[in-house]
Amino acid sequence: MNSYKLTYKSFGNRAILIEWPAKIDEKTLKNVILFKNKILKKNTKVILEVITGYNSLTITYKFTIKNIYSEFSVLKSIYLSDFSKIEKKNYRWKIPVCYDKKFGIDLQEISQKNKLEIDAIIHLHSSQIYTVFFIGFTPGFLYLGGLDKRLFFDRKSTPRLDIKKGAVGIGGMQTGIYPSQSSGGWNIIGNSPISFFNPKSEEPCFAKSGDQIQFYKIDCEEYSQIKSLVESGFYKLEREIL
Amino acid sequence: MIKVLQSGFYTSVQDLGRFGFGNIGVPNSGAMDQFSSKLANQIVGNNENDAVLEITQGNCSFLFQVKSVICITGADCNPKLNTTRITLNTAIQVVENDILTFKNPIYGVRTYVAVAGGLQTESILNSRSYFNGITPSVRIKKNDLLSISEINTINNQTFATVKINSTHFEVKTIKVFKGPEYELLSNAQKKLLLKHLFTISNDNDRMGYRLKELISNELESILTSAVLPGTVQLTPSGKLIVLMRDCQVTGGYPRVLQLTDTAINQMAQKTTGSTFVFQLIDLDVNF
Repeated sequence: MNSYKLTYKSFGNRAILIEWPAKIDEKTLKNVILFKNKILKKNTKVILEVITGYNSLTITYKFTIKNIYSEFSVLKSIYLSDFSKIEKKNYRWKIPVCYDKKFGIDLQEISQKNKLEIDAIIHLHSSQIYTVFFIGFTPGFLYLGGLDKRLFFDRKSTPRLDIKKGAVGIGGMQTGIYPSQSSGGWNIIGNSPISFFNPKSEEPCFAKSGDQIQFYKIDCEEYSQIKSLVESGFYKLEREIL
Repeated sequence: MIKVLQSGFYTSVQDLGRFGFGNIGVPNSGAMDQFSSKLANQIVGNNENDAVLEITQGNCSFLFQVKSVICITGADCNPKLNTTRITLNTAIQVVENDILTFKNPIYGVRTYVAVAGGLQTESILNSRSYFNGITPSVRIKKNDLLSISEINTINNQTFATVKINSTHFEVKTIKVFKGPEYELLSNAQKKLLLKHLFTISNDNDRMGYRLKELISNELESILTSAVLPGTVQLTPSGKLIVLMRDCQVTGGYPRVLQLTDTAINQMAQKTTGSTFVFQLIDLDVNF
């Protein structure tokens, strides 16, 4: 595997932060995920959680770390260890989005300022394949990479307080879906009937780091149909193995 | 059952938190002052992770519908069982129809009530800690019924009253480690950060405490990365945020300091207007 020059830092006395060069790209992401899976495989007794960032892993320990340097060397040897056996499958998920103006309340503004027809915005947004870098902000909120430059649009200076569950938005250079009703500063272009976080399910969030997301356009009628199937638990998301 | 008669300013059910779901964006949560919540559980003979009530700034009351043994720790909100003032940090027998009331805090901010056997509210993702979007409620409401087991006798070992050092509530130095981005600060910024007397603003809750005083800041945001309870973030406007138990799992502001576990618990007993200084400690000091 491709080796990077990593830095190891203490993060308080119960966590270690490992950083890759500060870059958002898929090669880094793959390396981050590979290291994470190795750690989870080898050293789960003392580890509480491993949190992924764009170019980082944060490992939290169950107990105070007694000797940080010996812990660093344990991790360094795990990084260099061979790892051919465990391959976690990644998927490409097909996510329906209704871009109707009743949901896409900021489409008009983006259209005017970015000088794009609304149909062109929808086309650009739904023809791209996005990579899930990690999940944060709120439970089930996917950090997606791959938004077309023509759709970059600044966050609202004052966040809205009542963004709907499922709202699909653009914030700066990113796009994403609000998994639950919340406040937020992103520009809303549509809504997905899919549930991205269900705490009562065995797998509360179907997506994970390294997966891909592809949006496709649906109309209001399809939206209601899918929504009721999702609510009754009968909707099966389309996916492909990567 | 315990019936909530008055819910107070902000009362929730908390254990030691929800772990293992950070990768899907689920915060840790858990009791803000875990020194006090663990103590309450120990005194009634529970596991330290059993769910307790966390009461913020008192002013609430509860009706016990069964016999039980309870212990109150943390902030002293003049607790009374029916009309009698009761002692903190000791096991107390309650019987059917007893009413437990709390008034304004005399000292501290957060009070914990452990009940023998623990509160039996629904456990979701391995924890009973209330959190928006995970548990059905975020805080308890008037007339809520909280399930508990009936306990008939006080275990003999639990009669002692534990004496609490008042430092826990009054401490003015908050011990911190360097955060991952500490070394990016200029010497002047570091000096300010460690010398300044900081004041907690009125924007403080279970997610985090914003501080009033500003530190001039030219640091750029970092690529979004993990944050932890006790992480101190420096925002572009120069505002410092001390993240607490319900904080998000990731953030993009430089992480300049990291509170010790003890310091998080002490911070949980402070609120709007409380002042303190950060004191940097070495990693190899055992806490």
